[in-house]
Amino acid sequence: MPGPFAIAERGVGGVCIIDRMRIDWKKYDLQGNFDELISSPGYARAAARGLVKYLRSLSDEQLSRRQRAAELAIAEMGITFTVYSEGENIDRAWPLDIIPRVFAASEWQRIAAGLEQRVTALNHFIDDIYNDQKIVKDKVFPAEVLAGSKDYLPVLAGAKPRYGVWAHICGSDLVRDKDGTIYVLEDNLRVPSGVSYMVENRSVTKRVWPELFRKHEIAPVDDYPAQLFDMLASLSPRPLDYPEIVVLTPGIYNSAYFEHSYLAQRMGTELVEGSDLEVGKDDCVYMRTIHGPQRVDVIYRRINDAFLDPKAFREDSALGVPGLVRAWRKGNVALANAPGAGVADDKVVYTYVPAMIKYYLDEDPLLPNVPSYLCMDPQQREHVLANLDQLVVKPANESGGYGMLIGPHASVTERKKFAALIRKSPRNYMAQPTLSLSITPTFCDGKVEGRHVDLRPFILQGERTYVTSGGLTRVALQKGSLIVNSSQGGGSKDTWIVEGQ
Amino acid sequence: MLSRVAERIYWMARYLERAENTARLVNVYRESLLDLPKGVGVQWRQLVEITGTEEYFEPRYRSSGERNVMKFVLGDLDNPSSVLSCLAAARENVRTTRDLIPSEGWEHVNELYLFARKKFAKSKLPLNQHAVLSEIVMRAQQIAGLLAGTMSHGDAYQFARLGRSIERADMTTRILDVGSTTLIAPGEEIERLENRLWMNVLRSLSAYQMYRQYVRRRVSGSDAVEFLLRDEQFPRSVAHNLITIAEALKRLPRSDKPLRATARTQRHLASTDTAALFGNGLHLYMDELQVAFADINEQVVNAWFLPRLDEAV
Repeated sequence: MPGPFAIAERGVGGVCIIDRMRIDWKKYDLQGNFDELISSPGYARAAARGLVKYLRSLSDEQLSRRQRAAELAIAEMGITFTVYSEGENIDRAWPLDIIPRVFAASEWQRIAAGLEQRVTALNHFIDDIYNDQKIVKDKVFPAEVLAGSKDYLPVLAGAKPRYGVWAHICGSDLVRDKDGTIYVLEDNLRVPSGVSYMVENRSVTKRVWPELFRKHEIAPVDDYPAQLFDMLASLSPRPLDYPEIVVLTPGIYNSAYFEHSYLAQRMGTELVEGSDLEVGKDDCVYMRTIHGPQRVDVIYRRINDAFLDPKAFREDSALGVPGLVRAWRKGNVALANAPGAGVADDKVVYTYVPAMIKYYLDEDPLLPNVPSYLCMDPQQREHVLANLDQLVVKPANESGGYGMLIGPHASVTERKKFAALIRKSPRNYMAQPTLSLSITPTFCDGKVEGRHVDLRPFILQGERTYVTSGGLTRVALQKGSLIVNSSQGGGSKDTWIVEGQ
Repeated sequence: MLSRVAERIYWMARYLERAENTARLVNVYRESLLDLPKGVGVQWRQLVEITGTEEYFEPRYRSSGERNVMKFVLGDLDNPSSVLSCLAAARENVRTTRDLIPSEGWEHVNELYLFARKKFAKSKLPLNQHAVLSEIVMRAQQIAGLLAGTMSHGDAYQFARLGRSIERADMTTRILDVGSTTLIAPGEEIERLENRLWMNVLRSLSAYQMYRQYVRRRVSGSDAVEFLLRDEQFPRSVAHNLITIAEALKRLPRSDKPLRATARTQRHLASTDTAALFGNGLHLYMDELQVAFADINEQVVNAWFLPRLDEAV
């Protein structure tokens, strides 16, 4: 059944490929980890059975050919990411591993419900923090944590965005531990990125494995731009059939520019830079077009809070739009995510999310947090300082893996440096045990081996809530490595939510 | 369409056209100089004046010999109108408007820039300069053809067409200037050389063959000037480009002011007695036209690239 890709499945002249060239799932090494596809040597998990069986029928050489076909498709489709190195921006081809990661639909439904619950609670929290601060008054959330938050913007107090939603687009990072439990590692509520790669990974994978898509019921992911558009449209302050929605980018030099341009194109909206927008005397936002100024209703901004409006925040920002926050406060334009939403995207605030779920929704959390130690608590701090060689220490307000200490891999000097940092500003640090991230079969150097993965699903919240079917699976391509960032040698995988069984 | 995007497409087209025509200009200049009798002083510096870039040349070069001038006109990134600068600017403008330009367009512009960088970035200029410049001309033509043949002829394309035509009209007057300035040196031999000089000018604009078909007389300065200024059918003539500019403008919204400036220039051109233009008179007339093109450019900028909010609110 050769699909549109004419690939010789049997090698030259139909000769059978000798067995040792094929994946021997009995010899696949689980390395003591939880594996996403393989339950024990030689046995596949129910949802992955079809995929694993099919992979067994292919030789390593055939897999190599599919991998090359995927790389060619990525080059042709122009899927790139930008790395900044030696003073220059370089567009690199997006790294995709052709072996998908698989979830059973039943498991995914539980995860999706947990994510929806979480984002709902987070939005209640942000709205509360900028308005009544009930959660502080009721002593569920300590005032000193709020006081120490870099991302809490007091000038926004009293703002009331539509539906009480501040974080419209959330990218939560999930990891699976040894025993199979899925934990939430963090919630990215500022300008989370990666979703375009989730959609593109699927279109490439479809080209590489057309026969598998015919046989299995795999939940589609390509409706994301349409879902994003509908959510943004639901925020429009004017009741119009065709609200003017724009994507605001810092520009071509931003590492996520590919995604900004991709989403604007797929939604059929303009991709604007700060200088394209202007706030009028009527406190409405206009974009400069060749037909003259045109009013803008909704801005999907991919610029950080600090640079959004030089009049409200950083005066030296050349990327933002003067007066934008004023226009937003007056309700003349919607901003997604709302400024100030980052207050809940803080590693210390994170530890309170289970409490928020209980407080605002009166429910038990469906998805657990990774157990965490707060350095601001004297007892917990002593525990962290005594066990630095076993813990991962994270600064409260950084994203993208910056400023972290991975205890087991750190030198004595690094640990000493972090001990001093923690003692100096305990509010800014928290620590977690080193999780053993789950692994999944990955095609590396011509053979299949287990590599560690995480998952970033995306949640949209406006009038309704939407959770992507799966998300972006990131994989650490180096053997044993836990670093999945594409800028540091990480790759990605298509993520399948498979119906049935 | 966003004003910023329109502006970038307009400049992409202008810079590509400028790179092409500067390459043409250098080739005609070199050919003409080779034809001059050895006694006549060779004036490389005139190339700097023709391209209107004295302010960048003066502070940075002590002598204006062939080597310096070539380096300045072809590969100097501090000269915003050097061939390499133009291609870098065109590339940057396409890079930021890739959604609107067919992807092969981006690839070709990028490759052309890389080609020029390889050839001109070194301190030593290529030996086969004529061939390199001809290749740049050909590749730029290829890109213009690609855009015409694969890009929807909507607003974005009209801005590209506008930029290309304004730049082309302007550069044609600058190349005509070679004829006027090279001949300023008086002497008996001038007349004998005139024929050959104007042939070079026509050739550099790929106009020789068409001139032959349409003028049907021996090549003379006044006929060549008349042809390159007022022949409405030759695509590099000033008159033809003014027609194209007006056509592109008519397809764009709010184009009254740029259209008026174009019509003014067309009337001025129509009422000129080109036969009476020679020597310094020709040079001064080219300056007048260049000022008129700058005015059209300014009207374009005001109409679309800098819309003020006060107009609407």
